[in-house]
Amino acid sequence: MATKAFQKIYTQITQITKATCSLKAREVGYDELATVNGRLAQVVKIIGENITLQVFSGTEGIPTNAEVVFLGKAPTLKVGDQLAGRFFNALGKPIDGGPVPEGKEVEIGGPSVNPVRRKQPSELIATGIAGIDLNNTLVSGQKIPFFADPDQPYNVVMANVALRAKTDKIILGGMGLANDDYLYFKNVFSNAGALDRIVSFVNTAENPPVERLLIPDMALTAAEYFAVEKNEKVLVLLTDMSSYADALSIVSNRMDQIPSKDSMPGSLYSDLAKIYEKAVQFPSGGSITIIAVTTLSGGDITHAVPDNTGYITEGQLYLRRDSDVGKVIIDPFRSLSRLKQLVIGKKTREDHPQVMNAAVRLYADAANAKTKQENGFDLTHYDERALAFAKDYSRHILAIDVNIDTTEMLDKTWNLLSTHFRPEEVNIKHTLIEKYWKEDE
Amino acid sequence: MATKGTVKGIISNLVIVGVDEPISQNEICYITTNETRLMAEVIKIIGKEVYVQVFESTRGLKVGAEVEFAGHMLEVVLGPGLLSRNLDGLQNDLDKMEGVFLKRGQYTYPLDEETLWEFVPLAKEGDTVTAGDWLGQVDENFQPHKIMVPFKMTGSYTLKSIAPAGRYTVNETIAVVTDEENAELPITMVQRWPVKKSVMAYREKPRPFKLLETGVRVIDTANPIVEGGTGFIPGAFGTGKTVLQHAISKQAEADIVVMAACGERANEVVEIFTEFPHLVDPHTGRKLMERTIIIANTSNMPVAAREASVYTAMTISEYYRSMGLKVLLMADSTSRWAQALREQSNRLEELPGPDAFPMDLSAIISNFYGRAGYVILNNNQTGSITFIGTVSPAGGNLKEPVTENTKKVARCFYALEQERADKKRYPAVNPIDSYSKYLEYPEFEKYISKLISEDWIDHVNEIKTRMQRGKEISEQINILGDDGVPLDYHITFWKSELIDFVLLQQDAFDDVDSVTPIERQKNIMDNIIHLCRMEFKFANFTEVMDYFKKIINLMKQMNYAVFQSEEYHGYEKQLNMLVNERKSA
Repeated sequence: MATKAFQKIYTQITQITKATCSLKAREVGYDELATVNGRLAQVVKIIGENITLQVFSGTEGIPTNAEVVFLGKAPTLKVGDQLAGRFFNALGKPIDGGPVPEGKEVEIGGPSVNPVRRKQPSELIATGIAGIDLNNTLVSGQKIPFFADPDQPYNVVMANVALRAKTDKIILGGMGLANDDYLYFKNVFSNAGALDRIVSFVNTAENPPVERLLIPDMALTAAEYFAVEKNEKVLVLLTDMSSYADALSIVSNRMDQIPSKDSMPGSLYSDLAKIYEKAVQFPSGGSITIIAVTTLSGGDITHAVPDNTGYITEGQLYLRRDSDVGKVIIDPFRSLSRLKQLVIGKKTREDHPQVMNAAVRLYADAANAKTKQENGFDLTHYDERALAFAKDYSRHILAIDVNIDTTEMLDKTWNLLSTHFRPEEVNIKHTLIEKYWKEDE
Repeated sequence: MATKGTVKGIISNLVIVGVDEPISQNEICYITTNETRLMAEVIKIIGKEVYVQVFESTRGLKVGAEVEFAGHMLEVVLGPGLLSRNLDGLQNDLDKMEGVFLKRGQYTYPLDEETLWEFVPLAKEGDTVTAGDWLGQVDENFQPHKIMVPFKMTGSYTLKSIAPAGRYTVNETIAVVTDEENAELPITMVQRWPVKKSVMAYREKPRPFKLLETGVRVIDTANPIVEGGTGFIPGAFGTGKTVLQHAISKQAEADIVVMAACGERANEVVEIFTEFPHLVDPHTGRKLMERTIIIANTSNMPVAAREASVYTAMTISEYYRSMGLKVLLMADSTSRWAQALREQSNRLEELPGPDAFPMDLSAIISNFYGRAGYVILNNNQTGSITFIGTVSPAGGNLKEPVTENTKKVARCFYALEQERADKKRYPAVNPIDSYSKYLEYPEFEKYISKLISEDWIDHVNEIKTRMQRGKEISEQINILGDDGVPLDYHITFWKSELIDFVLLQQDAFDDVDSVTPIERQKNIMDNIIHLCRMEFKFANFTEVMDYFKKIINLMKQMNYAVFQSEEYHGYEKQLNMLVNERKSA
């Protein structure tokens, strides 16, 4: 970033902490960017002439006579069609060796959409994965995370979803992404020939953690450009939001804020909501859908990060290894898509809602039967049938390697229901039973 | 001349302002930056330094910016034309705002100043009037909207003149009153009121006792709420808080519904905007939107305005209550409001209470719930605000400050349970932990006996006891196994399952099952009590299960069928046949 002639240079830093440095200056705006010996920093506190700057890459090696230049603006991104197919770091600089893209410079983390200017989401996103399409149907304009332990294949499922979903642009926001995972995404997208509709903002595990805080805003600012200006359907992938939250807690700790639950800042809910609420369906046809990853520690969803996320997002998807069938499945109990009611039985066949609920209820009966079995009790005939159903259901419907369309999913489920149960056991409306129940041949 | 000050410091949305003149706590001020005016509220004063929380982003704000104080606290505008509106937490009309994105510093007036209202006088010249007395009425969405003596006018006045019936705009003078010194005061259809103060323009606040029908069986039958009552719905995410809340707001037998979307998802508000204009109020046949006011401060809107939003909603509710109307106020979620208080207290570097919430959280919550209630107005008419708040407990743990403090004040407790939600037993209201204290009110018992039947309360208690017993047995079966308990236990357990599936569970997405009027709830209750008290003969426990599953299935089909329709009677007949098969003697 070249210094312009008229800019005043400050060279007297009064205080340095791990992430911030302070100095005396005038005429500085809140949230304004500055450089400290060439490192990017942002104004986080102003008391009279005392300015506190948060240095994104950390303050290691910064001397008290470092050159501080204020840039007179908040963080920005140049948006335009040239973003497509490119890879950037958290500061919006190319990391793929290509040129700096030209475009309109906009401030990231811009204002919220007026709720009355939103449209109710109503377009189904088909992924072919029945655990999603049948039980937890996604809708464009939705925001939904995977809640997964670090060892689960969430990035694989996410990449599959992204490629199968019919969207115009995919924007990847990688935070603390392992370098191998970054290369995985790059490979999958380029092998699928989809690179030209993908924009990536990546902060890998080796990059300074505080820089991650800019990733979601960068990705979503690019998404807003394509959704608002181009009326495109944009899918934003954010992985991993737990790393983002960790960066938030580092910053708040260094700013001496009182931590709330799990040493996260008290503003965690608002901080996360600001990001996720960028998911929107515009009346003009453009939309932003966010699929994120929140890694859990030991499956604990009461931790502040998954907990606050759950209250913000429109559902959540859980992966689980089903040892009975040896496959990774989308867990039907804890997973939920809040927006599915807007499309199931409307954009899909009429029997969708009831079939979905009946199958999950019966799967729950199987879980009870399994507990009984494990405790050494005799199983009833019904229990045995429920267990047999659960295995089939897990293998043919819930497994993440399933790739079929919704009607086929429904037909398959009816088949399973009629193989293992009697009509009065499934609690489905009589009219639907009459129409879809598969009699034994 | 307004008091002025200048910005001295900025920490996120907390701004320190230097002022030389007197300032009041909670006074509103406007900070000018780049030609936009940012609204803020005074939250702390130390000497000549005033701490204000800004209701907008402070990006780009500089030291030295000019601040102008308004001389009053945060107020709302009250007058005809608030119904059907989509307002933000500071009462700006969202529909009047330009552009797709919210612009900082854009404030829009919540009323239409050109609309002509058909005014009919109710008071006559020479009447002695006090604050809240009805001077006349206009027709707002087919509801009588009373024009009142402004709540701010203390003392008594004499009505000097009143406008004849005719069409007037909100700003025209419709009455002139004189005070004790004979000074004349003009009154229009508009008045203002500071949101943090309760409107006290009523004679008394007796204990509420009239059932407020919601059409949701687990509420009306098992844990009833009353007109002017308070309740809260705590639940972890995914337990169906929003669906239950929307069901109540759609179906409740209220004149006015005020919905405060406080720090929640924007798409949920959009659902209301989109659906309510088409949905029909089951009680009046009019469109739901006609009786609804939405206060939307979604989670991505400024945090400071989130706190204001619940107060704005409450004040508007109090205004309509003073007209003798039944108001239902829903706030989703009060936890987000508490979190906004926490962020503010944190920035002020106050010593934190439990979970870093401010120490006075308990007092703030109880004051707020205290503003709801059933009132007798000065003219002996009655009005009510029924308040239902949702709580989003961190980690789904009900032992956290917001839930605990709310439990102290709210009279109804609808505990949403993760386990029930996982089993898709919706609404996931825990049948054993949930309660309504109104069931213990003798006034309520008297009212409900007359409305439904003499033995209603006994039936409700019987059902609760049976659910409790059913749960105990299911725990025993889990430990001892199906064979380890007597056959009777299985029958008792399945009777509780019958109550659960047929009465307590309800399909919010089915056209028929979603709303159950109280007469039909009585019918379901009678059928269930009849079955529960009946003796059956079985050879073994699998017979019990198979049999009750058939009964449950038939009764659920009845719930899905239009009441007393041919289809309904068809299932009823099958049910009777099935029952007679097994009846012992």
